[in-house]
Amino acid sequence: MRLDVVLRVVVKLLLPFILVFGFFVQFHGEISPGGGFQAGVIVGAGLILYAIMFGLDLAMRVVSVRAVEKLVCLGVLLYMGTGFAGMLLGGNFLDYNVLSYDPIKGQHLGIILIELGVLFTVAGTMVAIFYAFAGREK
Amino acid sequence: MEAFINMVLLTMMAASVVALVRMRNLFAVVILFSVYSFLMASVLVVLDAPDVAMTEAAVGSGVSTVLFLAALYLTKTEEAQPRHSPLLPMFVAVVVGAALVYGTYDMPPFGAADTPVNTHVGAQYPGRTPAEIDIPNVVSAVLASYRGFDTLGEVLVVFTAAIGVLLLLRRNKRRPGDASEEAGPDRAGMED
Amino acid sequence: MNGLVSSILEHYNQWVTIFLMVAGLYVVVARGNMVKKLVGLSVFQTSVYLLYISPGKILGGTAPILIDDPNAVYSNPLPHVLILTAIVVGLATIALGLGLVVRINEVYGTVEEDEIFERSDDE
Repeated sequence: MRLDVVLRVVVKLLLPFILVFGFFVQFHGEISPGGGFQAGVIVGAGLILYAIMFGLDLAMRVVSVRAVEKLVCLGVLLYMGTGFAGMLLGGNFLDYNVLSYDPIKGQHLGIILIELGVLFTVAGTMVAIFYAFAGREK
Repeated sequence: MEAFINMVLLTMMAASVVALVRMRNLFAVVILFSVYSFLMASVLVVLDAPDVAMTEAAVGSGVSTVLFLAALYLTKTEEAQPRHSPLLPMFVAVVVGAALVYGTYDMPPFGAADTPVNTHVGAQYPGRTPAEIDIPNVVSAVLASYRGFDTLGEVLVVFTAAIGVLLLLRRNKRRPGDASEEAGPDRAGMED
Repeated sequence: MNGLVSSILEHYNQWVTIFLMVAGLYVVVARGNMVKKLVGLSVFQTSVYLLYISPGKILGGTAPILIDDPNAVYSNPLPHVLILTAIVVGLATIALGLGLVVRINEVYGTVEEDEIFERSDDE
């Protein structure tokens, strides 16, 4: 196990940057290439990298299985909740124009909420699937 | 120049797929698939799709390789010699391929702007986005706003797949207070 | 001769797409190992990305991210949206397939199709 010391140090150095890049892709996604799907996969890949290098037990102490499962559900609920919020405010399902006093502002708010929902679901799904595979022994 | 880089990358992809089909060592197959996915991401950058390329680079050569390797660890890494002759599948593949290639002669040429694909609804989005949504990335605008219902469906598919994998593979042994891990309820039904 | 060169240039993307698709189909049908079948299925899926994205490309155009140049030509954003979501969904379905393979391996002790059919015939 001690032979992979280079990998461990490099991963420790890179991990914050991977996560920050993931969130950059998420929140800068309206201006540059990016969005919830890409950011979710990058954040999920960062957590999977941590789990591969430092072991499943440590990774599960950082992000527990239950937290990941709740994250998956939270994303879908946030997405559908945004849709129903549009209905409650007098528009159609997933109509963002009514979310704010100004239709353009409403669109921006709606897109940010939707992309957050996608981020939660996709990142949670990636990590949950990896935990499920890695938790089985031969 | 664009078209030339595109053709070189596509040729490299085709070559890696030929090697992938012929190989029997599944470990090598998975690594080659990762290389193939990375080439695909490069092609997508050349084809003006940076959003898709970013996803393909992270998914194809990152996460899916990890999942394939995990599955190989749990199964075995060498493929057995097939017992059936590959002639019939080869025949089917060649016939399907020939029919599809015949069909391409009626398709519009690569890179043209006046094709049906590029003149209807897809071409309207860059013009409408500044007035209606006002964000520079048209792909994000279409994904989240114009086609939000579509994306909701995709998110639900991902959610369903996560539930499916958890139902198939999860063991509840890591819960505190649950000592009998081998006689869990999900194993009893599968093994008799 | 000139016609051949121009038709290669015009249809090269489509032909490579078809080749990848057919290669994936061949692996799925001809090979008995289930992990290999899933790799073939992934190759088939990725060929569909190419099938959608390459007609949307306009030579001399730029990525559909709006810039200040009024004469800019943008490639078609619609296929990008469809394929962006398809990639993540594709990974999720492949993961589900791999989960099934792992369970099959636990019950039968093999992931080769022929051996599994033999087992079921014996019973």
